Amino acid sequence: MKVRHKVLIVDDEPHIRRLIQAALVRADYATIEAATAREGLDKLRDERPDIALLDLGLPDRDGLELVPLFKQHSDTTLIVVSARDATEEKVAALDLGADDYLTKPFDTDELLARVRVALRNRMTRGGGVPALSVGDVKIDLLERRVTKGGAEVHLTPKEYAVLSQLAKFPGRVITHGQIMAQVWPHEVEHHVEYLRVLVRTLRQKLEDDPQQPRIIGNELGIGYRLHASPDGGAPARD
Amino acid sequence: MTESDRPSPQALLRQAAQEGRGRLKVFLGAAPGVGKTWEMLTEGRERRESGIDVVVGVVETHGRRETEALVHGHEIVPRHEVAHKGHTLAEMDIDALLERRPQLALVDELAHTNAPGSRHPKRYQDVEELLDAGIDVYSTINIQHVESLNDVVASFTRVRVRETVPDSFLEQAEIEVVDIPPDELIERLKDGKVYIPQEATRALNHFFSKTNLTALRELALRRAAQAVDAQMLEHVRANALAGSFAVGERIIVAVSEHAHAAGLVRAGKRLADALRAPWTAVHIETQRDQAFSDADRRQLADTLALASRLGAATSSIPAADVVDGLTRFAGDARATQIVLGKSTRSWWFELRHGSVVDRLVRTLGDVAIHVMPSDPEEGKAAVRRQRVRTPWGAPLDYVLSSLMVAAMTVLGRLLLEVIDLSNISLLYLVPVMFAAATFGLRAGLFAGLASSLAYNFFFLPPTGTLTVSNPENVISILVLLGVAIVTSQFAARVKMQADLAGSSARQNAALASFSRQLTASATHAELTQAICAEVARLLNVRTVLLLPSPAGPVLQAAFPPEDRLEQIEQAAAQWAMDNEQPAGRGSTTLTASDWLFHPLRTTRRVLGVLGLAREDAGDPLRSDQVPLLMSLLDQASIALDRMVLEEENMRAQALGERDRLRSALLSSVSHDLRTPLTTIMSAAQAMKRHPSIELAETIETEAQRLNRFVANLLDMARVEAGALPMKPEATDMFDAVASAVHDTRASLADHAVKVEIPPDIPLVRLDPVLLHHCLINLLDNAGRYADPGTPILIRCRRIPGALLLAVADEGPGIPPGQERRVFETFTRLEGSDRVRHGTGLGLAIVKAFTEAMGLSVEAANREEGQGACFTIRIPESLIMANFESEDVE
Repeated sequence: MKVRHKVLIVDDEPHIRRLIQAALVRADYATIEAATAREGLDKLRDERPDIALLDLGLPDRDGLELVPLFKQHSDTTLIVVSARDATEEKVAALDLGADDYLTKPFDTDELLARVRVALRNRMTRGGGVPALSVGDVKIDLLERRVTKGGAEVHLTPKEYAVLSQLAKFPGRVITHGQIMAQVWPHEVEHHVEYLRVLVRTLRQKLEDDPQQPRIIGNELGIGYRLHASPDGGAPARD
Repeated sequence: MTESDRPSPQALLRQAAQEGRGRLKVFLGAAPGVGKTWEMLTEGRERRESGIDVVVGVVETHGRRETEALVHGHEIVPRHEVAHKGHTLAEMDIDALLERRPQLALVDELAHTNAPGSRHPKRYQDVEELLDAGIDVYSTINIQHVESLNDVVASFTRVRVRETVPDSFLEQAEIEVVDIPPDELIERLKDGKVYIPQEATRALNHFFSKTNLTALRELALRRAAQAVDAQMLEHVRANALAGSFAVGERIIVAVSEHAHAAGLVRAGKRLADALRAPWTAVHIETQRDQAFSDADRRQLADTLALASRLGAATSSIPAADVVDGLTRFAGDARATQIVLGKSTRSWWFELRHGSVVDRLVRTLGDVAIHVMPSDPEEGKAAVRRQRVRTPWGAPLDYVLSSLMVAAMTVLGRLLLEVIDLSNISLLYLVPVMFAAATFGLRAGLFAGLASSLAYNFFFLPPTGTLTVSNPENVISILVLLGVAIVTSQFAARVKMQADLAGSSARQNAALASFSRQLTASATHAELTQAICAEVARLLNVRTVLLLPSPAGPVLQAAFPPEDRLEQIEQAAAQWAMDNEQPAGRGSTTLTASDWLFHPLRTTRRVLGVLGLAREDAGDPLRSDQVPLLMSLLDQASIALDRMVLEEENMRAQALGERDRLRSALLSSVSHDLRTPLTTIMSAAQAMKRHPSIELAETIETEAQRLNRFVANLLDMARVEAGALPMKPEATDMFDAVASAVHDTRASLADHAVKVEIPPDIPLVRLDPVLLHHCLINLLDNAGRYADPGTPILIRCRRIPGALLLAVADEGPGIPPGQERRVFETFTRLEGSDRVRHGTGLGLAIVKAFTEAMGLSVEAANREEGQGACFTIRIPESLIMANFESEDVE
């Protein structure tokens, strides 16, 4: 018998909880619900869910405060769900340890795709993916080789560093700060423009149409996301 | 970096102040005719030929043909004519020059005095204004017009020029000496190449002797060398090069009310320049100051003003006597040199009181003391003024003194039976002391004389005559007279001190009541009215108070009430406010105004100007009122500043509260509206799986549209509240366009979206979220208006000075004349039979967001084919330099 993954839904809106719950059950997940931060933390401890969907607008506690608490008390993968569209808040949540975010109103398919990505990353525990592919581009992290349509793509060390950061967590958003801290570890002040230029050249080398990128996706003001799967499946987006 | 290597902050500040300002170059000559103007014009021509925009502000050719030929090549800003006493004088038109804004202006004869009624009395002040406006200026000057050398030149040429330029002004200039040997100059003079011929012979005799010219030439060369030296030093200080310069020298010039003090000040300036030392001109206020005439006060104020023009700090110190005051001040200021004038007092006075110089030398052992002789001519004038100084007092004082003497005589006659004759004389001391104490020194002396005569006449045998038979009695009379003189001097001094104390007490009381009045004012309007009323009362003048506003100074309060100012007054007030210096009658600027305007300022800003005028249109202030006015202005500024700060604080608090409420409201609206929308959208998606439920798709798309409208409404609310958060960062057009296309894919399903971005398009610095909102609104708009199936084109282009991002459709286009209207809130294009969905907010948001980021947007019809094209223009300043990825390795 297949063991179903457990998803904890923390949201004060009963309608939203019910909808998310319905979608998840249909996709064959087990769900636990919590309406407050307090309840959420209790269920997190007691039920040990694989994934937690956390609404930042809870009545009893600020959501951003909860992010580090959730990460401290468990190894649950945390996806932040928020109606607030302030980019700083999303970046803050990600930098505090959230694994991904979703803005309300969201598409249920989008939600399910994110949950799938999160679970996959959870299995491979980040960095453990030996190789992944998107379209005709293959990224081999062990061999440090990138090919497109079978031909080797020559990348500079910095370009490869950026790509490998994204490839460690395929499908998941990585903030500018997180990438730059790895690629330029000695720079105190990070300049997004350097990263932008690197990503542009990466796209020119990897994408079929750099004007409409499908491999490296941009999250406005937040970071980048690699639309790839370790098994060579379709991109998570579109 | 060690302490001494660090650049001096003052030097750096001066350097910073120079930035953005025009540069001044002065062609310095030893005498007229050396060819300064010619040199200036030649260099001006070279600059013009190298592409600099050069104009002639004013050039005096003195009819010299070569010079005139040189002028002709230049653009000349016409002079404006000033009517003065039936003559018309053509002066440099400063406003026209400022309007014309050349890169370089040629302005001849820096020391020129402007016609009365001009903006500034002196041409160098006009030049200062040009420099402030960022215009470079070339100018000319002869050495005898340099303020600090004025005395020196006059001492050997016997010609004193009245037109001088302060050294502090010349210190900012690059100086070029125009030099020819004296023989050659005399030759040129004889040939009539200097001035107009008939004047030349006269000038030759007075001024152009070879010895004079040689001396003048040496002075000019020395002055230029000194300027180079000073500029080098400034450079050393600003860059903290290891240079050595004298440190620790401090000079004090003691000035009095005498006219020769101006010479002392100039000597002090030369000493300070030679030693590169800071210097202070100080006046020691003693009891004598009480007896100053208006002329004395004006002379003293002029001397201190001269010192301040020459770059000195000035100070006025009250003290019991000059030596005490100077000793104390020299100690406080850690002076190393003192410049004094040779005393004009008589040897008799010095014998009794000791000479100031001797006492200073004794008390200030370690300070060098320079004693300068006084100019005999100016000294005479000073002595003459001193004579008329002590007041005679009212005739009534003498009548009363006489009556008292008479009363004592009667009393003496009555007591003669009882007391000894010699003791009677003591009775007379009573009127003497009373008169001296009450009416002053002269009345006391008068009473003493009257008493001795009365004593002699009525008491000493033989009585009834003024002859004295017994020689002993002569001694009695002399003693009486002597005692009278001494006591009256003492009594008079006590009276003077009491008067002095009284007047300073009155002044303090006035200041205290002023500050009480100001503190009592609760509102800004009350405060300004109180300032006007109190200053008017204390100084017995009319007052107005003007506050700054974008349109210039605005009349805020007046006493007695006044509702408008004449244009000239308005100009003076504006000038005072802009330059933070007094302007108007009694100042050095715009003196034609009846009013005198003083700025009210703190170290941070100018708060306003206070205008003063007298009912009879005379000078608004007596010179002895200046210190009181300064104290009043200080207090008024502090009170005004406090009031402004309080108001700003309150406004900021109110604003903060409003902002807090607004952001709370916005976030709750966005949360409360989006939560149900999320539910509806998710529910509709779930329903789509069951084909039996029709219209689920409609619910979903309509919910999505509603969501977009809510987002737009919130955005618009933010724009209108001025609460757009801005986080500009390096943004890639590829990302921006791709995200926008991705997010609008549902509404643009019927259209092919074509993207044209050159691969080398530079990054731009702007807020990516705001740009995203703009783009999705433009795409949405294109999707709504374009015919189904037609492509939508997004094109990004780099043009000189900007980057253009255009969204073009193949719809009906924009009706002519509507190009601007489309961006107005709730405007939808008419003249089309198609019903369009939309809130009419989208384009208004695009406009508001682009403007908030410093971009602009415009709508037009496509040049090729049909359809509308919306173009966002990103200015050069936001475009980031293109760098290759190798640079970041």
